[in-house]
Formats: sequence, C-alpha cells, structure tokens
Amino acid sequence: MAKMLGPVRRAFQPWNDPSQPPFIEFRNVTKRFGDFTAVDNQSITVYEREFYALLGPSGCGKTTLLRMLAGFEEPSEGEIFLDGRPLTGVPPHKRPVNMMFQSYALFPHMNVADNIAFGLKQEGMAKADIAVRVEEMLRLVKLQDFARRKPAQLSGGQQQRVALARALAKRPKVLLLDEPLGALDKKLREETQFELTDLQESLGLTFLIVTHDQEEAMTMADRIAVMDHGRVIQVATPAVIYEAPASRYIADFVGDVNIFEGRIAHLENGGLTMTTAAGFTVEVAEMPQGVARPQAGETIWFAIRPEKMVISHERPPNATTNVIEGEVWDIGYLGDVSIYNIKLDSGDVVRATRLNASREVERPLTWEDRVFLSWRPDAGTVLVR
Amino acid sequence: MRRFTSFNLVALVFGLAFLYLPILILIIYSFNASRIVTVWGGFSTRWYVELMHNESILDAAWVTLRVGLLSASVATVLGTLAALALVRGGRFWGRTLFSGMVFAPLVMPEVITGLSLLLLFVAINFDRGFWTVTIAHITFSMCFVAVVVQSRLLSFDRSLEEAALDLGATPVKTFFAVTLPLIAPAVIAGWMLAFSLSLDDLVIASFTTGPGATTLPMKIYSQVRRGVTPEINAVCTILVALVTLGVLTASILGKARSPARTP
Ligand SMILES: Nc1ncnc2c1ncn2[C@@H]1O[C@H](COP(=O)(O)OP(=O)(O)OP(=O)(O)O)[C@@H](O)[C@H]1O
Ligand SMILES: [Mg+2]
Repeated sequence: MAKMLGPVRRAFQPWNDPSQPPFIEFRNVTKRFGDFTAVDNQSITVYEREFYALLGPSGCGKTTLLRMLAGFEEPSEGEIFLDGRPLTGVPPHKRPVNMMFQSYALFPHMNVADNIAFGLKQEGMAKADIAVRVEEMLRLVKLQDFARRKPAQLSGGQQQRVALARALAKRPKVLLLDEPLGALDKKLREETQFELTDLQESLGLTFLIVTHDQEEAMTMADRIAVMDHGRVIQVATPAVIYEAPASRYIADFVGDVNIFEGRIAHLENGGLTMTTAAGFTVEVAEMPQGVARPQAGETIWFAIRPEKMVISHERPPNATTNVIEGEVWDIGYLGDVSIYNIKLDSGDVVRATRLNASREVERPLTWEDRVFLSWRPDAGTVLVR
Repeated sequence: MRRFTSFNLVALVFGLAFLYLPILILIIYSFNASRIVTVWGGFSTRWYVELMHNESILDAAWVTLRVGLLSASVATVLGTLAALALVRGGRFWGRTLFSGMVFAPLVMPEVITGLSLLLLFVAINFDRGFWTVTIAHITFSMCFVAVVVQSRLLSFDRSLEEAALDLGATPVKTFFAVTLPLIAPAVIAGWMLAFSLSLDDLVIASFTTGPGATTLPMKIYSQVRRGVTPEINAVCTILVALVTLGVLTASILGKARSPARTP
C-alpha cells in the first residue's frame, strides 16, 4: 500500500531546511558492551513529525539505538538530545518517549485493557478519559472483543497489536517501534501500516521505527537509515535509497538488484561507458557518486533493478550498448509480475521482471528461449563501493 | 493442559504417601481412646479436651505462633530485599561475598547458628526470651526466602519492568505494580517456608530462648522424653491442621488473582 502523498507530505522535507532544528539528535554516540561495539560513533538527526525508519540486518544495533533513546542504556560516548535538551541522566520514566518492545513485554498479570491503560494511569488521566482512550486504541488494533483477555490467551499477532496499542495510548512526543508488525499477516500488516502513518500524521507524532523488512520501511517512512555493523551507512528518502543506493550493500539489501563488476572505458559529457567482466558494454547517463574524479580504467559496479530491463525475443534495433543476450533459465509467476532468471553466456544469471499486463496463461516467453535484455542509459546506477 | 498420564499418577501417589503417611498415622492416633499410644482403643476426642486444659502446652503454642508469624513476615521482607539486591544490584562491590554470606546459613549446622546467636545475645546483654527466639528465626529463615525469591527473579523478564518505566511509572510504582505481583508466588512460598521452619525449629530455639518463651517443639520434645502421650499427638494434629489451612489459603489467594479486574 502506497503512502498517501498529500500536498503537506510532499512539502515535508525538514532535513533539507537548514533552519529546522533537529528534534532527536544522536551526537557522536558510541555504545559498547564489554569490548563489543554495538553502535559506533553515530550521529543521527530526526525531525519533528518525521517517520524515520532504521533498517538493517539482525544484530546491527537498531534496538540498541532505541534503548539508548528510551533511557535503558546510557551511551558509552556521545550524547542524545531531545527537542534541544540533553537526555543524559534522565531516567526512562521521565522521558517523553514511549517504546514498543520487540518482545512485546506485556504485563502477564493484567488483561488487555489494563495493559493499554497502564501508561495513562501513570500520568493521572481521569478514569472516564482512560476508558475512552482504551476503547479507541482497541478499535485501532482491532481487538475490541479481547479487552478482558490476558496476554497469554492471545495469539502472537494479537499480542503484538496490544503492545502497539499500549505504546500508542499515551501519544508520546516520540514513539519508538521495534519491529512493530513482524508477527502480523500481510493484509493486517498493510492495514496497520496505513493506520499508523495516518495516526502519526494526524496527531503530529514523531516515529522511530525499527524493521528489517525493507518493504515496510519503504511504505511508511519519510526517511530510511540503512545500518550495518553499528553504523548508519545511508540516510535518505525511500526513493533515493532504492534508486540511488550509496553502495552495493545497500542496493542489495533494499530490493532485488543485478550487479555487474567492470572498468570505466571512457568518460563523456556527464556520463560514462564501462565494460563489464561479463563481456558487455554499459552506457550510463550519470557519474558515480562518492568519488571526486573517476578515472578511466577504474573498477566500478553497475547496478540495475530487475523491473528496469526490457525482455525481448529480437535484438533491439541499432543497440550495441546496454543489451545482453541469454537464455530463460527460470520463471517465477507472482500474479502481478513474473520474474525471469536469464542465464548469460558468461554463466552469470540476471534477474528481470515483467508486468503481466494481459491475462495470457500461455507465456509468450518460456524456458530455454533465447532473449535479449535491454535498458535505457538512465535505468541503472554506477557504484564505487 | 497436559495429559495426566498413568506415570504421573503413580508418581503422585507414591510421593504423597511418602510425605503424608507418617502424619496420617499421627492424626489417627490422636483420636485414640486408649492411653497407650500404640494400641488402638476406639475413637475419642478426649485428648483434645484435655489439651484445652493444659495451660503449659497452650502457652507454648501461643509463643510458637507469634514467633512464627512475626519472624516469617520480617524474614520475607528482608529475604526478598536480599534477593533483589543479589539479582538486580549488578556488579556491586563485594557482591560475591554478600551472596555467599546470605546463603551460608543454609548449610550451616543449626547447632552452630544457635550457639553463635546465643553468644551474641549474651555478649550484648540481651535478655533472652520471645524476642531473641524471633530474631534468631528471622536470621536463618531469611536465607531460605532469599533463595526462593532469587530463583524467581532470575527467570523474570526485565523488559516488563522497562516497559512499566517507559510508560511513566516510577521505579517504586513499577516494583509494586509489576515486579511484586509477578514474584508474589515466590514471596508467598518463601513466607510459608519461613513460617514452617520457625514452627518446627527446636535446636535454634533451645539455644536462644529464655524463661517464659518455651516454644511448642521444645515443649513436645521435653514431654516426649518422658514418654509419648496421646496428648502430644493431638497437639501435632492441630499443628498439621494449621499448616494445611495456611497452605490452602495461600494457594486459593494465589488463584483468586487470575480473574480479570475491571479497569
Ligand atoms: N546487553 C547486551 N550485552 C551485550 N551485547 C549486547 C547487549 N545488547 C545488545 N548486544 C549486542 O549488540 C548488537 C546489536 O544488538 P541489537 O539488539 O541492537 O541488534 P538489532 O539490530 O536490534 O538486531 P535484531 O534485528 O535481531 O533485533 C548485537 O550483536 C548484540 O549481541
Ligand atoms: Mg532488535
């Protein structure tokens, strides 16, 4: 489900506005456990009302970052600021931050309604208001009929929704969500994603979400920080992360991609031509990012997403660059698209997808067909890392 | 619910028989009409009636009960605090020493505990009696409470407390709203254990008692040395009944907290 891109959203780019003060700021934060460094000298800024996603493989330090913000861990070095004030020494119960735990951490001796009401009781909200808010939260997570159940009497997905409702109930300035939707089925997950973004926008909350589901990060977040081994390696909008990843690692982590190693043959008016190890020539419309002055002969990588290649039985007319030839090796039918694995003569397997625009059941492309893959010069990116 | 297999049943029957057969015999003989303890002379409650008129046994029972209630309660509080400090305190200075010191009395021979406490009370010139017995009982039963509560705390999911703190509860509130309810079974079990330890302690009480503070086990022991009387059986039966009542109450209380409370 695509994020609703209203006019307000379109203009929402506080990270491009130098006058915007950061709302959450990690300043040179390092966290060590013994001699293991979980977070390595990282500076992160998140703006008010932003939906910020931390994306990365297991163990890269995502939860550790959230726990430092919530106050359960103190940074070994560096400082964290919230709304301009340093959080150092502020105990967890005094931070205007609520966290949804990866392990849910539901109170087993309280029923669902009491779990959700717990935070509200602590701030001394009136009983009647608590009841209304709890009801509203239960409706949001679709658990109206389960208010009197104990957590142990719920399924994993239901427990996850209670944890979400409990963290949301207080409407904190900052909500930290650690893998909030991992246990939900696809349909419920998409619905909840939509409602979360809706709620976040209408209440003007700042969300910091941890996920290792890149699709989830893409759908919901304003910006994504891709992490690896305790470092943030790229922070950008979902579109930039997807279309202009900063490294092969990111390109590979976010979505499907074909990567070819090669050398720069020559540079010409803003773009370059490279010859790949697989033996074909690629013409790219743009320069690689991250190097001041690429040299001919330098090793670089060409990355192209499967959906950006056109599959045809005939060689595209007049094409000498940006075309490769191979044999259909494998076909995956996904309903909306089909995935074709094409084996090149060099032995490399390239993945291309094709929209199933008509309801043909007999595939026009089938196993062992000789096909050509071609793409436009601006379809792929060159990477130096 | 897991299936109740025949193996479980056999284990249960044997276990219960092993534990309770001697007590059952004691109870049956307390209703013996005959004065000779080992010969059944018909059903009678005469020993209970006689007991009611035996001032010295009633006194001893009353002392024992007060010592038990007081020492178990104090030991439960102290033992729980000790367990919390051991599990939660992190690596404070002298932690290993402290945990060793808390658990040493578990394996310390009672004679030594009793003797050392006696020496202490003599040294500080503390009049021996009800209070010295109570303090002595607190001292040794506290360790048992600490052990029971500690094992529960070790398996306690810390993120529950973090969640409570995160939702704005103060550390104190977190302890009473989340930690304590969840370790309550262990705390209650610790109390029961401390209470029954106090109830049947003979050695330490003998060392630390003084005039006017004879506990029931001491009374029974001194009487039994002059021969077992059916009266003693009756006293013991009442003790068993009391303890049973306590355990049942505790377990019913434990179960009663399951139904959902309304917010
Ligand atoms: N209390 C701790 N003591 C020692 N090491 C820790 C501690 N907490 C986390 N770590 C280590 O720090 C690293 C980062 O942990 P973290 O929980 O932040 O990972 P994560 O990115 O959230 O992973 P996942 O996606 O699996 O939840 C891991 O290698 C973990 O083993
Ligand atoms: Mg994690």
